[in-house]
Amino acid sequence: MVAVAGLAVSGCAGDEAPGGAADGRVTGTVTVFAAASLTESFTRIGSDFEAANPGSSVTFNFAGSSALANQINQGAPADVFASAAPTNMTTVTKAGNADGTPSTFARNQLVIAVPRGNPKGVTGLADLIRPGVKVALCAEQVPCGAAARTALDAAGVALTPVTLEQDVKGALAKVKLGEVDAALVYRSDARAAAADVTGVEFPESARAVNDYPIVALKEAPNPAGARAFVAYVRSAPAQAVLAEAGFQAP
Amino acid sequence: MSRVLDAAAPRRRGRVPAALLIPAGLGLLFLVLPLAGLVVRAPWTTLPQRLTEPGALTALRLSVQTATLATVLCLLLGVPLAWLLARVEFPGRRLVRALVTVPLVLPPVVGGVALLLVFGRRGMLGGWLDATFGITLPFTTAGVVLAEAFVAMPFLVIAVEGALRATDNRYEEAAATLGAGRWTTFTHVTLPLVAPGLAAGAVLCWARALGEFGATITFAGNYPGRTQTMPLAVYLALETDLESAMVLSLVLLIVSVGILAALRDRWITGP
Repeated sequence: MVAVAGLAVSGCAGDEAPGGAADGRVTGTVTVFAAASLTESFTRIGSDFEAANPGSSVTFNFAGSSALANQINQGAPADVFASAAPTNMTTVTKAGNADGTPSTFARNQLVIAVPRGNPKGVTGLADLIRPGVKVALCAEQVPCGAAARTALDAAGVALTPVTLEQDVKGALAKVKLGEVDAALVYRSDARAAAADVTGVEFPESARAVNDYPIVALKEAPNPAGARAFVAYVRSAPAQAVLAEAGFQAP
Repeated sequence: MSRVLDAAAPRRRGRVPAALLIPAGLGLLFLVLPLAGLVVRAPWTTLPQRLTEPGALTALRLSVQTATLATVLCLLLGVPLAWLLARVEFPGRRLVRALVTVPLVLPPVVGGVALLLVFGRRGMLGGWLDATFGITLPFTTAGVVLAEAFVAMPFLVIAVEGALRATDNRYEEAAATLGAGRWTTFTHVTLPLVAPGLAAGAVLCWARALGEFGATITFAGNYPGRTQTMPLAVYLALETDLESAMVLSLVLLIVSVGILAALRDRWITGP
């Protein structure tokens, strides 16, 4: 992985592309559009990248993957797109806005997020249909909702949630506020909110694993920075940050 | 000589300085162009079948119902509040008036969080409602009405208070000297006097409730048929299908403009 990053960065050294400094380091601003579920890990990866490339700065636009894909296709000035699902990446590649082929850099699995201490004693998906247990899911139109649907179907659990949230952070917030007793969220999101919620693992989540693809964008204002950031995300230090955040290696 | 001046006068009065006309025109364009863009880009050919998709109609029906209920709630609570602000001198009145207008400037999502902290399951009032009556407001249609009323009520209060201040309270005094009680005076004299302002406020309140998004999604959540109003449906449609988001947006635009236009006369002559 480090070798890959090294190659990609040195590959930028010779050319005079904007953002590529003469000594091979990346300068200027790198604008990264990333899925909301990457907020914590990419914020850390961004500062590590800045430390490794003095003179560079990384700015993020975190939102739902499909909203980001739409913004990119409408001409938003982004250098890198990191999506929480291949479908939203396809939206961008089909429109001809990707520079090269997207690569999977992480995988995420669902857990049941419950308030700390697990007051309702939730141990698996079957507990979520007990009377008096209120559950928030993501809407099926967004990746975490599609994964939740797959997992629930795999478990044969006919669950009626009280709300279908627009993104995984919305579902998690309803648990944090105590308005629902459980929500299906990514393991990484539950871990980021460990102060307020506990993540309960369940076997069916293995049937609904989300792949996270990343790509540099064709209209990138900082093409060298874009390629370097993509390579960095695939490097060992960034992969360690992602693993610590609860993501699995691709 | 005087005839020349007379002839020139109206023309001079009618001439608009370019320094005002140009920004005014740009301002109008800025407000209208996005709406026109929506109309131009809307997929007119597939419109009929998209409209008959059950999800769209359910969301529209729920939106109209909740906005109407929210307006009724605002009328019941907001008109007395407006009357109090306009007719009664009490200490802290200016502060109360400022507080009433806070939801106007507050980001709606903040309003939603505030509502959750009070009416949510663990909220001050919500916890009591849950423990005593088993009533929880979040994730219910009643929750949508509450969120919409919270955001829309200031529009009604401000309109009605303005109308009340603009009326001549000698009519009310005359009614009082003729022996009418305060309540009779209010219902038979004051309310008819401010009817146009009341109607204007109610329409604006209804339109604002119809467009409410942030407080609704935060407080009431999103569930088709129960809490998923049109603005929420639009946002979610954007996740998968830009065309269907455009159709839903267009419908919401037509309904809003339609109701505002239908009451245009009262709106314009209102205070």
